[in-house]
Amino acid sequence: MTKKRRRLWVLVLCAVGLGSATALTLTAFQDNLVFFRSPSDIAREAPPPDRAFRLGGLVEPGSVARETAPDGKPAARFRVTDGPNAISVTYVGVLPDLFREGQGVVTLGKLGPDGVFRASEVLARHDETYMPPEVADALKKAGHWNPVQGGAPPAATWNTLEPARQPGATEPARRGGS
Amino acid sequence: MIPELGHFALALALALSLAQSILGLVGAQRRDARLMAATGPLATGILIATAGAFAALVWCFVVNDTTVSNVVQNSHSAKPLLYKISGSWGSHEGSMILWVLILALCGGAVAGFGGNLPSTLQARVQAVLALIGVGFLAFILATSNPFDRVWPPKPDGEGLNPILQDPGLAFHPPLLYLGYVGFAVTFAFAVAALIEGRVDAAWGRWVRPWALAAWSFLTLGIALGSWWAYYELGWGGYWFWDPVENASLLPWLAGCALLHSAVVVEKREALKTWTVFLALLAFGLSLLGTFLVRSGVLTSVHAFANDPERGVFILILLGIYIGGAFLLFAWRAAAMTPTGVFAPLSREGALVLNNLLLCSLAAVVLIGTLYPMFADLLLKEKISVGPPFFNTATLPLAVPLVLAMAAGPLMPWKRARLWPVLQRLWWAALLGLGAFLLCLAIEGIRIGPALGFAAAAWAIAAAFADVADRIALFSRPQAAWARARGLPRAAWGGALGHAGLGVMILGLAGMGLATDKLALLKPGEHAEIGGYTYTLRGIEDVRGANFTARQAIVEVTRDGAPVVTMTPQKRNFPVARMTTSEAAIHTNWLADLYVVLGEERDGGAVLRIHHNPLAPWIWLGAAIMALGGGISLSDRRVRISAPAAKAAKAAARA
Repeated sequence: MTKKRRRLWVLVLCAVGLGSATALTLTAFQDNLVFFRSPSDIAREAPPPDRAFRLGGLVEPGSVARETAPDGKPAARFRVTDGPNAISVTYVGVLPDLFREGQGVVTLGKLGPDGVFRASEVLARHDETYMPPEVADALKKAGHWNPVQGGAPPAATWNTLEPARQPGATEPARRGGS
Repeated sequence: MIPELGHFALALALALSLAQSILGLVGAQRRDARLMAATGPLATGILIATAGAFAALVWCFVVNDTTVSNVVQNSHSAKPLLYKISGSWGSHEGSMILWVLILALCGGAVAGFGGNLPSTLQARVQAVLALIGVGFLAFILATSNPFDRVWPPKPDGEGLNPILQDPGLAFHPPLLYLGYVGFAVTFAFAVAALIEGRVDAAWGRWVRPWALAAWSFLTLGIALGSWWAYYELGWGGYWFWDPVENASLLPWLAGCALLHSAVVVEKREALKTWTVFLALLAFGLSLLGTFLVRSGVLTSVHAFANDPERGVFILILLGIYIGGAFLLFAWRAAAMTPTGVFAPLSREGALVLNNLLLCSLAAVVLIGTLYPMFADLLLKEKISVGPPFFNTATLPLAVPLVLAMAAGPLMPWKRARLWPVLQRLWWAALLGLGAFLLCLAIEGIRIGPALGFAAAAWAIAAAFADVADRIALFSRPQAAWARARGLPRAAWGGALGHAGLGVMILGLAGMGLATDKLALLKPGEHAEIGGYTYTLRGIEDVRGANFTARQAIVEVTRDGAPVVTMTPQKRNFPVARMTTSEAAIHTNWLADLYVVLGEERDGGAVLRIHHNPLAPWIWLGAAIMALGGGISLSDRRVRISAPAAKAAKAAARA
């Protein structure tokens, strides 16, 4: 085997490896990218019902109801809000330890045809002072929290039924990219 | 006083490192024996200074010195001593001190064991290590000084995040860092070789043990982290493809490729440029991992305390070290000419294939990990890439890797024929097919786990075939024992490492069959899963050292016979104002019974019960892999770095 042929072999193998890795990545991306949507995003444009996405915001105070699913499993129903809009969520399973009313939450699931979000996962965080960056961003976009003024406002002070009375809600929520 | 001494020791280490990097590089360039001779004592000096700083930090934590802000934020007087000590590296600042301490230890080891290294190479390696130390010490002193004081002193600390108070996590960071920083040594060797413009078998003989040691520690560190996530987070899973986990997997993949290609450099003086490239890549990915974890640019389930300013600093360090090294590589790599020529179908060829597959895997994981960041920056779109992506994208690469992994060690160097290899592997293939069919017969149409069992049987059997072939177990059984004793430990280590991966795949395949169940039980009621009956006997209050807990008493029976009583807890830590779930796990090695206590309601409790077949074998497999690395490290030819005699080489064939 000459040096030249060997080099050719190595190059061909490299190209095959790189090519297959790229092809794999692209096909896997096509089906498995999970987008983040805030309640306001969904109110503007509902995602297709068969596509899983992540919904994030604050758990609306007073909205959490624990119930039992028909098959005897524990379930929960709550609303996720970013101020101007809120989405109802149902979840079958045990809520994480750090799940609290008024705190940031990220859920993974699909939006049903009835507008209720069916979560398959409610993400837990290690730390109770932690705010998921996407949620913080969604709150900023909804005009509810200016990080310059300090930490996120307590969600209890918000009234999603009367958005007009909120300080920041008069400003139309900006569309965040697409 | 002690914290100031620690701070001073850090500054001293910075000054010594700066001196070391300049003296080493200049001395080696001028071939000045006196300057080069200074690198050993300087490395010792750096080691003493960083060890002093680290000891000062541990002292602050042990006596709970509340005038030090790092102690206030991360410790509490009511914490057990082990977690006071481990708390010293549990925080960002402390972990960085641990990082530079391990780097200094590596420098000391190179100085201590590197007596027979060419003096210019030795000096340059020390200089590059010190240069890395300069960056990280400057980073610590500028942005994350662990010895910052607070005034007035707080009455007591705020406590360490309770889920970090765990023996598994106490040792996870040191092991992981031993791995990350170990690749700094191979990086230093690669940069020194680029400066010298020479890579030879002696260089390979030096790099391989370092790569092997770093890889083994990284394997243990990742396994420990995954095990911790499994028993502590209470989700019943062991790997979440989380950015922080991927950050440790990337250098592992690159390091795995490196240690295989270093064998080719050592044995055959081929693949030199490629090995140097991998050494740069492995450390680059280690730095990238540090950056990802510490800067918080990616959303992770592991929310570390992080700070963008630090992220920028690490990004700059990453740019300087990796950018600089790759520039050097582009400039100098052409100087290294390969001497060993080989056919595509040969041991070298198999190792090249291994490298390609491992690097493709690393590329896929890297893209999946970083894509959300770029999507956010460039497309202004919040995206997450979850387990489905990684599973679909990595599986097609992992399958050929496992297939080739079995055949590679059976091939001779230079030129091989496929037929003799297949002849020795047919029974392994048969075993794999048997495992596949058996799984289908028992579990129904579950292609994924069935493939996993087939791969596990194939890998383990092939590792056995490799050893059996080397000691001529079947052809001349009477001499096998003598041959087994004469077999170099590197061969044993390699086979054991491959078998360990097989054992791990066995565990992964078993976990593919895991089932779980949610049940709302009142005392006396029961639920069934995996052939076991779980009866809730009651719920009670218990008290620990620094927590109070609700504890469910769950009696497990199988066919009426009692198996075990499990006590999952929900702990409440008053100091940290946190609640955590403590899963109860009972293993019989064939399966883990895993119970988590959820909320209490209507006079009962929600239990999440997992039945995890073969789960412990995942971490056991990883431990076997690391053990294989350790045995390979104890090989004679690592201890005696003089070129092995021809006869010994012929016998080794490894």
